[in-house]
Amino acid sequence: MSHSEDVSEVAPGYTPPHDTDPTEGLSSYLIGLGLAVLLTAVSFFIARTTLVWQPSIPVALAVLAVAQMGVHLVFFLHITTGPDNTNNVLALAFGVLIVLLILTGSLWIIAHLNHNMMPMDQIMRMQ
Amino acid sequence: MSGAEATVGMHGVAAHAAEQVISKRIVVGYGFWIFLLSDIVMFSAFFATYAVLMNATAGGPGGRELFDLDNTAIETACLLLSSFTCGLASLGAQAHRGSLFYTAMAATFVLGLAFIGLEAHEFAGFVARGAGPTRSAFLSAFFSLVGCHGLHVSAGLLWLLTMMAQVFAKGYRPDILRRMLCFSLFWHALDIIWVALFSVVYLMGAAT
Repeated sequence: MSHSEDVSEVAPGYTPPHDTDPTEGLSSYLIGLGLAVLLTAVSFFIARTTLVWQPSIPVALAVLAVAQMGVHLVFFLHITTGPDNTNNVLALAFGVLIVLLILTGSLWIIAHLNHNMMPMDQIMRMQ
Repeated sequence: MSGAEATVGMHGVAAHAAEQVISKRIVVGYGFWIFLLSDIVMFSAFFATYAVLMNATAGGPGGRELFDLDNTAIETACLLLSSFTCGLASLGAQAHRGSLFYTAMAATFVLGLAFIGLEAHEFAGFVARGAGPTRSAFLSAFFSLVGCHGLHVSAGLLWLLTMMAQVFAKGYRPDILRRMLCFSLFWHALDIIWVALFSVVYLMGAAT
């Protein structure tokens, strides 16, 4: 099988072939590593610092985590929005949809359940 | 797809061209990507369980008392660097460069092993302090979520050794390179899950 340049779809994780020089694909991994280290450092800094408004910390951590996952997807797994990557992106979109349904659905339902449930001491008294 | 190919497709040889361009490597990568997404969906169920039970400590220790963020930072550094060296290894495999491939794979293995060691040490410390998985619903959810990721990394380490042995014994055959592609995807996906883990479990648990 020869590496063909005329592919219409690219597999995730696929970097264009380098028959002689692997340093060409290196830049993607270096950029990804740099961005990931930066985002991780900011996350750990924000979690420990007292400089920022405390209630904003979970939101900031969530935003940083989503950004870092995006960095990993693009620079390490090579999932991009290019026209040669449509199937992978569609599968990813479906996966994200299911993940969001599971997370928000669980949290929503259980929060309502907790809210509507009789306090524990009253349940004990009824028994 | 380039404009020239689109033109060719429009001139009636589309079926033939489509058969040619979809290589086995692309199909294998796509299929494995679907598997990884289903694995991520499974992890989301563990995350949802953890989020629901996060405050159900039953009078036991919570995240703020238990988590040591320095340990988590070192674990994160190990896994992030191992993801980078895994990328280098796949570059080495694609270029058929043994020196780069074996060095990068060995580095990935050492970093992954360090991660597992740190996590095992942390778990053992929790259990020794009476904060084992049976202590509270929060700790049950914590151990299943983080432990499930740890099991994935352990399985990945075994797979890594298998890939080194296969390349050593069989060379850079197309089928071996496809397996290497799947392995690198698996390893990068584990790092993505760890990003969610350290943000949601450790950093939010220690901060709030």
